[in-house]
Amino acid sequence: MKKTTLLSLFSISVALLATSCGGNKSEKKAEETNGAAQEQKLAGAVNIDGSSTVYPITEAVAEEFRKVQADIKVTAGLSGTGGGFKKFGRGETDINDASRPIKKAEDSLAKANNVSYVDLMIAYDGLAVVVNPKNEWCKDITVAELKKMWEPAAQGKIKKWNQIRASWPNEEIHLFGAGVESGTYDYFTEAIVGKSHSSRGDYTASEDDNVLVQGISSDKNALGFFGLAYFEENKDKLKLVGVDDEKDENGKGPMTPSIESVKNKTYAPLARPLFIYVNSAAGKRKEVQAFVDFYMDNTGALTKQVGYIPLSDEETAKEKSKWADFVKSVSAQ
Amino acid sequence: MKQKFDINRFKDNMFKYFGLACTLFGLAVLSIFLINILIEGLGRLNWQFFSSLPSRMPEKSGILICLLGSIWIMVLTAIIAVPLGVASGIFLEEYGKKNKIASFIEINISNLAGVPSIIYGLLALEIFVRILGLGKSLLAGSLTLSLLILPIIIVSTREAIKAVPKSIREASYALGGTKWQTIRFQVLPAASGGLLTGVILAISRAVGESAPLIVIGALLYITTIPTSPMDDFAVMPIQIFNWLSRPQKGFIENATAAIIVLLLITFIMNGLAIYLRNRWQKKIKW
Repeated sequence: MKKTTLLSLFSISVALLATSCGGNKSEKKAEETNGAAQEQKLAGAVNIDGSSTVYPITEAVAEEFRKVQADIKVTAGLSGTGGGFKKFGRGETDINDASRPIKKAEDSLAKANNVSYVDLMIAYDGLAVVVNPKNEWCKDITVAELKKMWEPAAQGKIKKWNQIRASWPNEEIHLFGAGVESGTYDYFTEAIVGKSHSSRGDYTASEDDNVLVQGISSDKNALGFFGLAYFEENKDKLKLVGVDDEKDENGKGPMTPSIESVKNKTYAPLARPLFIYVNSAAGKRKEVQAFVDFYMDNTGALTKQVGYIPLSDEETAKEKSKWADFVKSVSAQ
Repeated sequence: MKQKFDINRFKDNMFKYFGLACTLFGLAVLSIFLINILIEGLGRLNWQFFSSLPSRMPEKSGILICLLGSIWIMVLTAIIAVPLGVASGIFLEEYGKKNKIASFIEINISNLAGVPSIIYGLLALEIFVRILGLGKSLLAGSLTLSLLILPIIIVSTREAIKAVPKSIREASYALGGTKWQTIRFQVLPAASGGLLTGVILAISRAVGESAPLIVIGALLYITTIPTSPMDDFAVMPIQIFNWLSRPQKGFIENATAAIIVLLLITFIMNGLAIYLRNRWQKKIKW
């Protein structure tokens, strides 16, 4: 009896496979004729893992790359920056997406396994500080004030808006932020509190930024932070707060995050670079070279589409030449 | 005397309404979830959604690869875990001697059923992916999930077998049946209902897991259809998780549509179990 169940399940899946395979092949053919004018056709595989923050950019690049080089099989996982580096350091993946630079321990793992690499900056991610649109008092905030409300010592003590700035009302403040397991949390605490992974614990935390958007948009006394893209998608429900780092060399007064202010580094300190790390052994392979070339050429336009901020032209040129030098050096070995 | 009787009667009624309220609460929450998901996601379910590859544009992306991945995983996990689990259950219940070792094994199996799934992922990453060299293949994924659901299958098999009346076994022995004949022709058919329910629940759980698969390195962006157990793969829960966390509204809609598909798979599995159970139970004549 069990046999027949399994058999029928199998036949369903085989039937599905057959129909879908058919569809896919014709698609491939059409793409091949499209890309016929392109340079030489390559085959092979590019194996990517890493940060879920960088994943949308990699997904976009891989999607476009497939139109040019249909026979190169690009795959991407999302074990997170740390989980990805553990695999990258053992030479199990060709490229690691990273939302922060590699750590010492991860680098020594790579060294121990004779894995060398190049790090390429590909985009910026801005963190937006937002409040409810009904909040009329909070238009800008200094980094020191942010620290005052987020540092571990604030726990249970800083509860009212007027404790932060005397001109603000005597109303409760409700804080919303990324969960402690996320890279966004590490990066916000590093930039604001001065120490990574350290903040007060009595705030509403969620790994899902959409939950934070919901919370802040329905609470007049809320203040929170999350990726700029989430603000852009929910502009009608939220209000952006200008951040002032009180350092005049980064632009005087409070700055709001935008493509311009992140690009010219005046939106400090809440903008971070995103990276891809390429394994040297993989860098020798033609298909990996083709993919990373394509990545560096197209990341600017695609980055904007998925909600991140592209590098400036000079930075793009610099990273491209870094990559070109790297290819030359590994090919010479 | 009369007063005590009234109090007891009142308590009896109270418990009845308490139970009813609890049942209704569960049903209400479930229907709110279902209606919410159906309203948001139903409009997204079309052929394009089933036949497309992942994309940065929500309206162009689809679940082709991860749906097939999930079906592969479901079938492979069933093939690996069901025979192992059911056979171990039968052995422990029918053949195993009741001694210290047996009770030690018993406690450990029950404990294993409560281990967080990510731990199985870490174990599988070392053993299946690295030491056995299976890579992040469908086979490695299915073996991981099989480990995860084996304790559930074993425990439910044993419970189902325990529920078979002793008189049936004794009647079979009295007619000269061997132990295997008794198990094969009397105990298993009689236990089939509970056995199947346990198996289906376990497999449904496997289909909904994402954490251990992320740990062993299951993919999200992949453009080739898996055609053998050694192929790389993606599964639905990881895709749903990723879509839910993206800023663009369209991805949230995609996620709810994918949730509907995943729910459908589970419902079909459950329906299959009920159908088979009814068919088997009709055949049993005592």
